[in-house]
Amino acid sequence: MSYLIEVRSLVKRFGAKIVLRQLNFTVQAGEFVALLGPNGAGKTTFLRILASLARPSLGEVWVAGFRLPQQAAHVRRRLGVVSHQPLLYGDLSAEENLRFYGRMYAVPQLGTRINEVLELVGLAARRRDLVRTFSRGMQQRLAIGRAILHDPDVLLLDEPHTGLDQDACDMLDGVLRQIAGQGRTVVMTSHDLARVEDLASRFDVLTAGRITASRSADGLPRDGLLAFYRQALEVQRNLQGAVR
Amino acid sequence: MSGLTPFMSAMGAVIWKDLRAEWRSREVISAMLVFALLVILIFNFALDLQPNVRAGISSGVLWVTLAFAGTLGLNRSMAVEKDRGCLDGLLLAPVDRAAIYLGKAFANLLFMLLVAFIVLPVYGILYNTNMIIPGLLLVILLGSEGYVAVGTLLASMAVQARTRDILLPILLFPVAVPVVVSAVKATGGYLAGLGWEEIQPWFTLLVVYDVIFTSVAFMVFDSVVEE
Repeated sequence: MSYLIEVRSLVKRFGAKIVLRQLNFTVQAGEFVALLGPNGAGKTTFLRILASLARPSLGEVWVAGFRLPQQAAHVRRRLGVVSHQPLLYGDLSAEENLRFYGRMYAVPQLGTRINEVLELVGLAARRRDLVRTFSRGMQQRLAIGRAILHDPDVLLLDEPHTGLDQDACDMLDGVLRQIAGQGRTVVMTSHDLARVEDLASRFDVLTAGRITASRSADGLPRDGLLAFYRQALEVQRNLQGAVR
Repeated sequence: MSGLTPFMSAMGAVIWKDLRAEWRSREVISAMLVFALLVILIFNFALDLQPNVRAGISSGVLWVTLAFAGTLGLNRSMAVEKDRGCLDGLLLAPVDRAAIYLGKAFANLLFMLLVAFIVLPVYGILYNTNMIIPGLLLVILLGSEGYVAVGTLLASMAVQARTRDILLPILLFPVAVPVVVSAVKATGGYLAGLGWEEIQPWFTLLVVYDVIFTSVAFMVFDSVVEE
């Protein structure tokens, strides 16, 4: 079986500290994977490695058929990334930000594509406004627009709901559903189980640098995600206790 | 833009973005300009310059002013990228990272030259010195280029640290000593009315420094910004 993302025995060290330990992870095209886990589990580090922003210490990472970090430029062309920070320039308008990133990604027919993206994220009416005048929710929607501007195969989202109020979260979820509906592959880290429960097609739990549990959304009972998540954390605690 | 290579297009996009953002905020230019004007004003009152020593000292004052103001601009230019995570946005783009470096460096050079362009006439009036000499303007261009070439690279290193504001001058000034010294000497030569044969060695050193440090920075930028 061929995977769009394939990670084998990934290890990431920062000095003496080991953040990811022999992590294995695969994603098929079109899947929406929610990566759950407590603070400090290594979710952001893992996403930064997939995004080619950090190098693996050991192991193999393949994205869209290209190996990281050796073929990083090819991977970057196929990736869109959204993090807690918007990666947008406050002193440029929404349209200017997209125009800048569009030129960096050599997006063909950029003007038309910018119109499409601004319509998709619901910011067409604010296209000429400076990003620094936007609310956090609007900035995050524009950040998603920036990430999909070059029509990437894979979208990586690192806690995209951080700092958003209820309405902004709902609007963001609407945009994410539309993007997932287009058949894009999405990997999203989150703490908010209630939110990802309705979005993702698969749930993986990352604890202590490893994927310790994984299940499909199919057949998951209402509010069953919390039980699955707690069970995964409990198993990990018991394992660590047994090792000690 | 379709006729440009991806490298030139990416570099052009970075320059356009920096100039556009600066046009709106005027953060970098105003900080550099206010600082530069205050420094030359303070030196003007602090130093009672006799005409016979003026050329030697005022060239040093000019380059201290430009170097310090340039450091302010370099720090701010990279801080803008880091504060909102935009540096990651740049690094995620599928372009040669040297294009990002050259784009940032070119924009920084334009800011520094704009400040010099405004400061020079004021300086000429305060120090009663003719600053509009073609050779001197070329020295300012070459000196600024060398300073910005190495400064942009070091600013992209320093911006990763919490102590970036103090780290940049500590890293930059030792490395920039050759370009500042040769720029001071060449500027002093033009202000004192020396012949080309006496200015030429400093001029040559400036050109050599610019070529070497621009090339080195161009080659190592990718490794410097890699986590």
